[in-house]
Amino acid sequence: MSNKSFSSWYKSGSPWVWLNAGAVSISLVMVVGLLLLIAIRGLGHFWPADIMSINYNDPNKESITLVAEAVETEIVSSVRLKKVGVFMPKGETTGERHLLKVGNRDYFGLDFLWINGLWMGETTYPKDLVAIERREWGNFYGYLTQVKQQGEVVASGDEAWDELQKRLERSNMLVAEIKGIEKNEIGKINHGLEALRLQSRQLEIDGKPEGSLQYSEIEQERKQWNVLYQGLQKQLADLYAALNRDQIMVAISDGREVEISLAKVVDIYRPNGMSVIEKLGFYFEAVWKFISGEPREANTEGGIFPAIFGTVMMVMIMAVLVTPFGVIAAVYLKEYATQGPMIRLIRIAVNNLAGVPSIVYGVFGLGFFVYFLGGNIDEIFFQAKLPAPTFGAPGMLWASLTLAILTVPVVIVATEEGLSRIPRAIREGSLALGATKAETLWRTVLPMAAPAMMTGLILAVARAAGEVAPLMMVGVVKLAPALAVDNIAPYLHLDRQFMHLGFHIYDVGFQSPNVEAARPLVYATAFLLVMIIIILNMTAISIRNRLRETSKASEN
Amino acid sequence: MEAVKPEQVSAARAIDIESMQRGPKLNMANETTCLEVKDFNLYYGTKQALHGIDMKIAKNRVTAFIGPSGCGKSTLLRCFNRMNDLIDTVRIEGDMRLDGNDINAQSVNVADLRRQVGMVFQKPNPFPKSIYENVAYGLRIQGVNDRATLDKVVESSLKGAALWDEVKDRLNESAMGMSGGQQQRLVIARAIAIEPEVLLLDEPASALDPLSTLKIEELIYELKDKYTIVIVTHNMQQAARVSDYTAFMYMGELIEFGATDELFTNPSKKQTEDYITGRYG
Repeated sequence: MSNKSFSSWYKSGSPWVWLNAGAVSISLVMVVGLLLLIAIRGLGHFWPADIMSINYNDPNKESITLVAEAVETEIVSSVRLKKVGVFMPKGETTGERHLLKVGNRDYFGLDFLWINGLWMGETTYPKDLVAIERREWGNFYGYLTQVKQQGEVVASGDEAWDELQKRLERSNMLVAEIKGIEKNEIGKINHGLEALRLQSRQLEIDGKPEGSLQYSEIEQERKQWNVLYQGLQKQLADLYAALNRDQIMVAISDGREVEISLAKVVDIYRPNGMSVIEKLGFYFEAVWKFISGEPREANTEGGIFPAIFGTVMMVMIMAVLVTPFGVIAAVYLKEYATQGPMIRLIRIAVNNLAGVPSIVYGVFGLGFFVYFLGGNIDEIFFQAKLPAPTFGAPGMLWASLTLAILTVPVVIVATEEGLSRIPRAIREGSLALGATKAETLWRTVLPMAAPAMMTGLILAVARAAGEVAPLMMVGVVKLAPALAVDNIAPYLHLDRQFMHLGFHIYDVGFQSPNVEAARPLVYATAFLLVMIIIILNMTAISIRNRLRETSKASEN
Repeated sequence: MEAVKPEQVSAARAIDIESMQRGPKLNMANETTCLEVKDFNLYYGTKQALHGIDMKIAKNRVTAFIGPSGCGKSTLLRCFNRMNDLIDTVRIEGDMRLDGNDINAQSVNVADLRRQVGMVFQKPNPFPKSIYENVAYGLRIQGVNDRATLDKVVESSLKGAALWDEVKDRLNESAMGMSGGQQQRLVIARAIAIEPEVLLLDEPASALDPLSTLKIEELIYELKDKYTIVIVTHNMQQAARVSDYTAFMYMGELIEFGATDELFTNPSKKQTEDYITGRYG
């Protein structure tokens, strides 16, 4: 009886429904789980954690006070602990270890520390503990004691905190001003001088005799630039002097009192005294700084804006390059070429191109685009700059082109698919009205196949945005603060190297000297990369849906 | 092929008698020839689909092709505007002339020919564009982009296809939202917008409901003043109702061709009689 009901259940098809639903749920759980993991690990990093003050009694050493942020806690078996000289009380099979961020790298050597839970004494959270985010050497923790101006104490004790706020704001503004001058105005002067150097080099190449009029004109201009430069130099010196006016004194956990110049400070906050709302405000500010700022300290601190910009721009240039190329190739293959063994062979080749490991494309890009194409472009158009390469070195353009080659099969396949779905009746309708084949394609078939092309582009973008390996060969670098777009003519510098989120993850995660500090950034960057890919895809999908609305016919 | 019941045929005959009473008896000898086919053969690869077709199609008349499925009537129709060029394996022999000019000559521009010989297909195939752009399509292909001209042509074509009153307020809406019958009339409007000489209708009402079919038939009746119409149909009452001349084809051969009244009331061939009385098909 039960056997029969099983077989009827089997025949009803429900097992397949369950199987399919199961597969879908597993995929869904995996995707959501992945996103949740990287989101929690990455985004938690920006929360202003409380700072503890711990009495730590290592029986082999002097008892000390530690001031630190708690990072994580690990349960370790007592056997393992015994090996490192920690003996747990009888009956305990496990013990706790805590990872602390003690900061103050310039004074303690390491800013992360593992401590044993057994030896932890009293833990307090004093409200006046400050965390200082510095431009170099990482975070600093201690008690603010004095604020100084040119070495003179201007405030101490409780007043010091309020006095500090104004002065910090001033110093941050000065830093921004200095950065602006260095980046924009001095950048312009450097660019002008470089242009002059190239001009005179070009004159030499053209064989103009020395002492001719052009040389003196160039010399004249160079002098003007130099005058400008000296003016700026003086202005900068004044600004730096003003910036170095203020210092603070901070007492650290071992009792020393340390002087820190405000010029080196990004932000000072007292997390223990913050309410939840203040912490939330701080949190979003920190996230924004991460998204919009430039990296510091070998990429382990600061923001990742150049990497976001590089990733998005490269993907967009790739999309602009790959779409026409793929569509034209697909139209030829599907509409014009005589279908035969040759075309079948080409189609197989195109499909197989999609399976070639991406690093191979990187090697090809380096050999063909960078060295061959770029080298020749340099020799023809940028001779004056040689031997320094312009396009003969890895850069944004070559990276985009390499990825375009990598993704072109996807676009070709999707477009061909779309073209073959256009009903014959529509083509015949157009031809019967006296349209030629080209007119039919251009006015009717291609607009109807546009959603399919967009599908191809979506797949291409998703693949390109996540690709890292080939990029390392054709343009991505660890640090490139100069973006490919700026205010110096010609505004678009496709020859420049750039930063990329995928490579940034690799670099921060595996090449960073400070592993503990880098780990949350790896998660945060990974989360951001996924978000950017999702945003790019969503944009493309919404464009496709709008296209579909207008060409509903191909669907029915 | 649906069997045609005897009472339907008698109904068709009744209509025939009516139409006979309406005007003078038609005779091919009194007509101006529009299309002329002489000893025409067509092959799909090695298979011969049309055998020695000889016929003349009269100007400003409606000529119907009837016959069972696969008899070659659509194939013949598609030769008049060279739609068969699209099929690689097709090979033709013989002579086919439009107003005395060889259709299949090397020098003929196919696009120009198709502007002279418009075509409407079995299934409505409007483009996924607005109603307006559908009708204006043929003109835009010819490079006409002047708004006033287009407006005028779109209006007159839609009126010509008896569709204007139904769609005049929604010219910019997608043609895909129309009913099947409206779509088919739109396709006819699209075809007459470029003012062809001949209009080929390939079973234009076979995918439509009876009411829409009636409208299409009325339309055909009105259009024949301006155009030479060739219609392929499976529906014998339809052929009897709308056409002046009828050709009966069977297995790729033209069995009988003559004035519709004659052919339906007094067929000269046994095969024709068998077919129109529903004995096969």
